Amino acid sequence: MSNHLKNLKLKIWRQSGPTDKGHFEDHIMPEISDEASFLEMLDVLNEGLISENKLPVVFDHDCREGICGTCSLMINGQAHGPERSTATCQLHMRKFKSGDEIVIEPWRAAAFPIIKDLMVDRSAFDRIIESGGFISANTGGAPDANLIPIPKSVADAAMDSAQCIGCGACVAACPNGAANLFTGAKIAHLNLLPQGQAERYKRTEAMVETMDEYFGSCTNHGECEAACPKEISIDVIALMNKDYRKSKLKNRKEISRS
Amino acid sequence: MFYDTIKGGDFRSREANVHRLAEVSVNIIDQMVAQGVPFAREYGGMLDNRSFGGAQVSRTFYARGQTGQQLLLGAYQQLARQIGLGNVRMFNRTELVDVVTIEGRCAGIVTRDLVNGEVVSHSAHAVVMATGGYGNVFYLSTNAMACNVTGAWRAHRKGAAFANPCYTQIHPTCIPQSDPTQSKLTLMSESLRNDGRVWVPQNPDETRSAAQVPEAERDYILERLYPSYGNLAPRDISSRAAKRSVDSGRGVGPLKNGVYLDFSDAINRLGKDVVEERYGNLFQMYERIAGENPYDMPMRIYPATHYTMGGLWVDYELMTNIPGLYAAGEANFSDHGANRLGASALMQGLADGYFVLPYTIGNYLAPMLNKPIPGTDHPAFKEAEMAAQARYQGYVDIKGTRSPDYFHREVGRIIWDYCGMERTQQGLEKALSELPALYEEFQKDLRVTGDAESMNQTLEKAGRVDDFFQLGMLMCRDALERDESCGGHFRAEYQTEEGEAMRDDEKFAHVAAWEWTGDPTKSIRHKEELNFEAIHLATRSYK
Repeated sequence: MSNHLKNLKLKIWRQSGPTDKGHFEDHIMPEISDEASFLEMLDVLNEGLISENKLPVVFDHDCREGICGTCSLMINGQAHGPERSTATCQLHMRKFKSGDEIVIEPWRAAAFPIIKDLMVDRSAFDRIIESGGFISANTGGAPDANLIPIPKSVADAAMDSAQCIGCGACVAACPNGAANLFTGAKIAHLNLLPQGQAERYKRTEAMVETMDEYFGSCTNHGECEAACPKEISIDVIALMNKDYRKSKLKNRKEISRS
Repeated sequence: MFYDTIKGGDFRSREANVHRLAEVSVNIIDQMVAQGVPFAREYGGMLDNRSFGGAQVSRTFYARGQTGQQLLLGAYQQLARQIGLGNVRMFNRTELVDVVTIEGRCAGIVTRDLVNGEVVSHSAHAVVMATGGYGNVFYLSTNAMACNVTGAWRAHRKGAAFANPCYTQIHPTCIPQSDPTQSKLTLMSESLRNDGRVWVPQNPDETRSAAQVPEAERDYILERLYPSYGNLAPRDISSRAAKRSVDSGRGVGPLKNGVYLDFSDAINRLGKDVVEERYGNLFQMYERIAGENPYDMPMRIYPATHYTMGGLWVDYELMTNIPGLYAAGEANFSDHGANRLGASALMQGLADGYFVLPYTIGNYLAPMLNKPIPGTDHPAFKEAEMAAQARYQGYVDIKGTRSPDYFHREVGRIIWDYCGMERTQQGLEKALSELPALYEEFQKDLRVTGDAESMNQTLEKAGRVDDFFQLGMLMCRDALERDESCGGHFRAEYQTEEGEAMRDDEKFAHVAAWEWTGDPTKSIRHKEELNFEAIHLATRSYK
């Protein structure tokens, strides 16, 4: 049966818009079931705020199944909170104790400006994908998918990277605000597959350079891997760096040939 | 697959549309693989596949337990490519709030920017609604929280017919509700039924843990009732079997509100490694939510709302009855009849977008070559903008005492109780008397704090709940008028002696397409007869 946590002290970041200075606001959550998810705890808080005629806390969320990458909270200084390989929406209150103080902040990164309270704008990620995170294959006329056999180990490795949900925890956890794990995962997914070979180096160069326009530089702290709800391995950064280095040569050769 | 889909939909889908879906579906996997979706492969490098509910052959391609997510990401990457090329302009954090028609043709839409509340018009020769389903009318569902009916409903209010709203699908494998603050239900992929066995104890007063209940005292409900399909019986049938077990007091778990989905035989047969490889991420997800390890204890599952087969009425070209307004994917009604089979939503969404609309929308656009698009300064747009602004300001101005979530929960409870897995005339009539009263309270007692000119999630919710109210009334009317049981629409009055759905093909082999009149309880019902040329109507049997 479910138990109840009592008397949680919440410290929540409030900020009315991108230009507001922002501040912490204290709230007490008198009682909550340990079966509730973290976001359901915030729902309960918001219901209470509305009944007191106050503004509820704004936060991003959608699928609440850990697969869409919309939820995004720093909980006690950790991206997505204390449970490993778990997005905020899948974190449950049974991970906390009665009387705990819980500090809730938005993703902290210069590339993710705050929209309101705990909601941030992650469209810089879209810019990276738009610059090359795809395979250029127009609709119609695709060859039979079994025409190119793909070894199981390769398909599995691509899938490991493709699991990235683009939530931005890696950036939020990084002391430099770097997006190397995200970009590396997207590049590894496509660069590992045979279908992705034609654009491999063009893709890598474009995506890495778009990333550098918005995000900080990687200094191998490894915080990203620890925070990733999908357990993307930091190896993808090595793969990205290797392909980026090669791209500088390969892409120039292509130009000189044409 | 053509036959499976028609049969799975209990002979209530349009035969021609399903035939086309089956035809174009073979291109989907090729297309998605070419675009880099990492489908599972066998050791020889060929695509792997597995079986799903309602199909007796393994013909479902997959990407671990998250095929839908991977297909979505694949489609998103292609969209991003077009954005990068400058062919598409994206409006993030923007919601459709109205559809505009000029001289009977669709001329564009009105949107609201969720960040600053700005209401803007966009004009076009043609509009495609790909706005998804309305499962969140039940409050608790497996849909993402932001899914809503507003897009489709606003089109309906502008004249587009809404077809078969009572066809809703209750998915059998979800994690049961555990406490009253719960905001959504989590789906466990149907693929689990490939290897998991569904059972309940025979004794309603069973207190032993699952592993201690001897084989002879277990009731493997689906295997007993449907020996040839067993645990892979279609969703509507499996859901009802689970509901009946729980209703008869044999439910499991602390609240006795679930049935077991047991993997111990699969673990013994295949080994833990194989089971982990197939379902590892699902098992982890279950453990995070339910706090129990499914390798040691059977999962507990219970049905939950997952998909809505009804939607905007469309013709074979996917155009609604408003010229120039199209509907694709879950937002339309056309392919799944009264029940959808597993993986078919992905198939239909991709087929509509990749292989149907590109070929049909051109027929409408061709005569408009070189004709200018209507200007957004047209009075029809100005009127729609003013109405939308007034609508959202109106919610703020009520200044009542109850939040939109309160009303959403209440609407959801009524719809689930009376228009959920099992419906009766009496229950539906009750719902139709309770809903208008609650809707009146909503219009008088809603409280939205904050304003309409900035990011305000409470206000967004208010608009969506308003539309759910109106849709809910139409759903109940539709369910009440359909005096038969078919697929997901199960009227308790119409069942066989064995408790299976009993159709009435004489009277109800048609699509009910509803016309908006201004009052959701007084919509007008139109019929589109369903003619089957290649397939003979038969009673569905999965025994």
